Amino acid sequence: MIRFDSVSKSYPKQNRPALRDVSLEIERGEFVFLVGSSGSGKSTFLRLILREERASTGQVHVLGKDLARLSNWKVPHMRRQLGTVFQDFRLLGNKTVGENVAFALEVIGKSRGQIRKTVPEVLDLVGLGGKEERMPGELSGGEQQRVAIARAFANRPMLLIADEPTGNLDPQTSVGIMKLLDRINRTGTTVVMATHDQQIVDQMRKRVVELETGRLVRDQSRGVYGYQH
Amino acid sequence: MRAQFVLSEISVGLRRNLTMTFAVIVSVALSLALAGGSLLAREQVSTMKGFWYDKVQVSIYLCNKNDASSDPNCDKGAVTSQQKQEIKTDLEKLDVVEKIYYESADQAYNHYKEDFKDSPLADSLTADQMQESYRVKLKDPTKYQVLQTAFSGRQGVQEVQDQRSLLENIFNLLNGMNIAALCVMALMLVVALLLIVNTVRVSAFSRRRETGIMRLVGASSFYIQMPFILEAAIAGLIGAGFACVLLVLGKYFLINNWLQEKILLINFIGWDAVIKVLPLILAVGVLVPAAAAFITLRKYLKV
Repeated sequence: MIRFDSVSKSYPKQNRPALRDVSLEIERGEFVFLVGSSGSGKSTFLRLILREERASTGQVHVLGKDLARLSNWKVPHMRRQLGTVFQDFRLLGNKTVGENVAFALEVIGKSRGQIRKTVPEVLDLVGLGGKEERMPGELSGGEQQRVAIARAFANRPMLLIADEPTGNLDPQTSVGIMKLLDRINRTGTTVVMATHDQQIVDQMRKRVVELETGRLVRDQSRGVYGYQH
Repeated sequence: MRAQFVLSEISVGLRRNLTMTFAVIVSVALSLALAGGSLLAREQVSTMKGFWYDKVQVSIYLCNKNDASSDPNCDKGAVTSQQKQEIKTDLEKLDVVEKIYYESADQAYNHYKEDFKDSPLADSLTADQMQESYRVKLKDPTKYQVLQTAFSGRQGVQEVQDQRSLLENIFNLLNGMNIAALCVMALMLVVALLLIVNTVRVSAFSRRRETGIMRLVGASSFYIQMPFILEAAIAGLIGAGFACVLLVLGKYFLINNWLQEKILLINFIGWDAVIKVLPLILAVGVLVPAAAAFITLRKYLKV
């Protein structure tokens, strides 16, 4: 599903590389926590998977494709097979919940009939059935994140990338979101989630990958957040 | 691609940037109106030059039978074929002459008809009123005086005319105006382009959330960029439309209703010349802003 072969990434004007010689393989259906302090390279790791950035050296394979060889115009098609969720939800405030999910399907050219069928389905799945007409501003943070997850999952992606999806939520709401992500994972979708949330990582007991100043320092199959944190 | 979706995006975008859109429309309209005006001025010059202008420098008009009574140079009556032959051989002897054309009265009539086809003057003429003439191309156009002294006053010759001195001043004026119009046009076009670049930049910035999400969910770059490009193209098209209206009004009021009534002797451009220019203006008005938007997006809209 995802393979990093001694990947390094440096940004121009920065003397320290953001990632250094990271090699890693993530299988289909896995649930992986990506942990590490700020600046450890988590975001770069995720941006490489999304091909928002390209590796300076080494190879990144996602969904069986070498991203370095993927031409620019094919990138959108690759991204259609990925779902992404962020800490700040990234919803459109002037569109209803249903329209937000529909927007993601519209812009990749789904037919109107397909959209009309998919939107309520996927909103039901995330536990927001019947809230289609509400505006994002009227919803709680947890509910907004559920909308974002619905949008990410609407196209039934093979891989879900979550960048601190619980970062803005209280612990109780976070648990609800994690249950949802776990359920999505059980449908066969691979989930890669960057997080700072110790409690969640310790509870879920999934694979944990830890980065520190750009190096991969730990890869445990049923890990906890950290030894001394 | 869903047309309705794209259209709603465009109308939102145009309304959000109403003042900028307005500025783009005005500057595109002015620059294209000037461009069209200068094209038409060039057309006007070539209309006025007539059939012989670019080919010869000197015309030697020969007397016809009507001139015998009206013109003192022709008091001996119409030119005879012997006189014509002498003039021709004398012309051929001159060093400065490069080429000689003979124009019969019938040919002259046809050329006149052709040059003045839109003018009421053409209808009142008949072929036998026209003059035969020798049209002479010189090796050095400034040596016109040589022919003047050799042939004017000669029997059968009505007039030796330096073709260029007749229209040169008007053409210089028109060319000067043309260059001025082109300079202003270039300036306005630069202004229009800068405005478009800025409009697209603001537009891309104010919609960065939408475009960011579109990128995220895998919308193609074509799909993401299309609303911006169409926005610019539509603003440009509206501007070009105004430019066309300006040109048509200019032709109608300035030429048809004013100049044409004041100055009968000049053959002005007709509607066909104006209509030929309009599609060109519309095409430029759509394509240039669209291209400008496309290039701007490469910089401000990462895909």
